[in-house]
Amino acid sequence: MYVDLKGVRLEYPAAEPRGEPVLALEELTMGVGEGEFAAVVGPSGCGKSSLMRLATGLRRPQEGDISVAGAPVTGPLSITGMAFQNPSLLPWRTTLANVMLPLEIVRPHRGRLRRHRAEYEQQAEDLLSLVGLGGFGSRFPWQLSGGMQQRANLCRALIHDPVLLMLDEPFGALDAFTREELWQVMADLHAAKKFTVILVTHDLREAVYLADKVFVMSARPGKIIAERKVPFERPRPMDLIYEREFVDLVQDLRGLIADARSGTGAGQRAAA
Amino acid sequence: MWLTSERAAPAIYTIALLVFWEAAVWIGNMPTYILPAPTVIAGAIVQYWGPIWKNSLVTLWTTLAGFGLAVVGGLALGLLVGWSKSIYAGLYPLMVGFNSIPKVAVVPILVIWFGIGVVPAIITAFLIAFFPVVVNVATGLATIEPETEDVLRALGASKWDVMTKIGIPRALPYFFGSLKVAITLAFVGSVVSETIAANAGLGHMMLAAQSQFNVPLVFAGLVMLAIEGIVMYAIMAEIEKRTTGWARRSGQT
Ligand SMILES: Nc1ncnc2c1ncn2[C@@H]1O[C@H](COP(=O)(O)OP(=O)(O)OP(=O)(O)O)[C@@H](O)[C@H]1O
Ligand SMILES: [Mg+2]
Repeated sequence: MYVDLKGVRLEYPAAEPRGEPVLALEELTMGVGEGEFAAVVGPSGCGKSSLMRLATGLRRPQEGDISVAGAPVTGPLSITGMAFQNPSLLPWRTTLANVMLPLEIVRPHRGRLRRHRAEYEQQAEDLLSLVGLGGFGSRFPWQLSGGMQQRANLCRALIHDPVLLMLDEPFGALDAFTREELWQVMADLHAAKKFTVILVTHDLREAVYLADKVFVMSARPGKIIAERKVPFERPRPMDLIYEREFVDLVQDLRGLIADARSGTGAGQRAAA
Repeated sequence: MWLTSERAAPAIYTIALLVFWEAAVWIGNMPTYILPAPTVIAGAIVQYWGPIWKNSLVTLWTTLAGFGLAVVGGLALGLLVGWSKSIYAGLYPLMVGFNSIPKVAVVPILVIWFGIGVVPAIITAFLIAFFPVVVNVATGLATIEPETEDVLRALGASKWDVMTKIGIPRALPYFFGSLKVAITLAFVGSVVSETIAANAGLGHMMLAAQSQFNVPLVFAGLVMLAIEGIVMYAIMAEIEKRTTGWARRSGQT
């Protein structure tokens, strides 16, 4: 497996000296093949974002093994691109400069940036147009709507041509039309660049429409309780989401999550 | 509605205060050695313009020298303190303790070390103005949102990258915001020191005038202090406004 997590346990230390530590993930095992598009769904607070932090090496697990491309993950990997739940663009940089930020960090771009700036700027502009932000590069993030910021966030994750893309609810804050538009963009990008994707989402249709494989997580402490293959051919037309098989698969996942929330979730309140 | 117009308001209120003051002195028949009227103070400023100007320049340059040192030193220490959580934890209590010492109490020591003159004034200005700069810069660095830092760290950024790409730009509005406070405090520091141990400067001039019961000259000194203070504050406020556009518009800090 390209991304491999085996028996992973992650506990956050207690916030106060006498508080309880938070067990976020336990006995979590999952594998994603090279070039595969995987989606992770689960109840809110079950540890999806934590899972992303582990796989990108931002945090180390207390137990278990994590490897990417056959090598154990011991720290952040620059082959990954990551878009977090919160766009967190830097307000003092223009949108274009924000998108180009990874190029200032990741080798070999870091050393080439000064001499090939025009070329890189063109790449960033192209990427912005691709997500419908053409011409907005010179604006500052606070001049963009929330949805536009989230699109710029996506561009920032892609600019350094990562081979592994980790997306944490990147479309969560968008309206339905924009979201479907960006699903298309994502699907096209995946087809063109053949990167491996792990997408965390709370939108089950999004998971089924985009992914080859959907993982369902239990309530906290999170582990993988089910894995579903998505059989539909690519490219997938947008109308697919109204078809019988598609709806059935979504319903199946919905049932699994409902069980995860009510059944095993000790201390987990069934919030709406 | 010229009375409530925002642009005219500062001038109108200042003039109103002066008129009220003048009237109160005349109506109350206040002796000049208790409270001189604004016109009398203005007269004193004209009469003693030579020494007032000379001493004002001394106070101005000691204040600016102390302020300059405070900015450089405060920025350096602020970056150091904000660099790591453990340096922050170690130095913060020391700095708070040091800052809580009234600086007036330090002046006699400075006089023992450096003698009477401008050096104690500069150092007092530095000591008193330095703290807000350190605290602001360190706060700007220490309050980086973990998510923003993660964006860089996930790409394999070093601590240095995080500092230069996020920490320092983010701390700049805090830094420029602290200049306003620092210049005011530097001014307080230099005047306090001049009043205790100096042979020049507005503080020294006022002390000498007071011992000769030249109350209008004491007040003339106060007016000059106020003017110098307002001008320096205004300059710093303008610098802050020009350098931190994004912070105000994006609703940060
Ligand atoms: N830095 C942290 N320190 C302590 N506890 C944390 C930290 N980050 C997350 N947690 C806890 O770990 C659990 C899982 O959090 P996580 O953010 O991974 O959930 P999530 O599945 O992404 O939730 P959501 O769907 O709301 O985004 C939560 O109970 C949370 O309170
Ligand atoms: Mg999350």
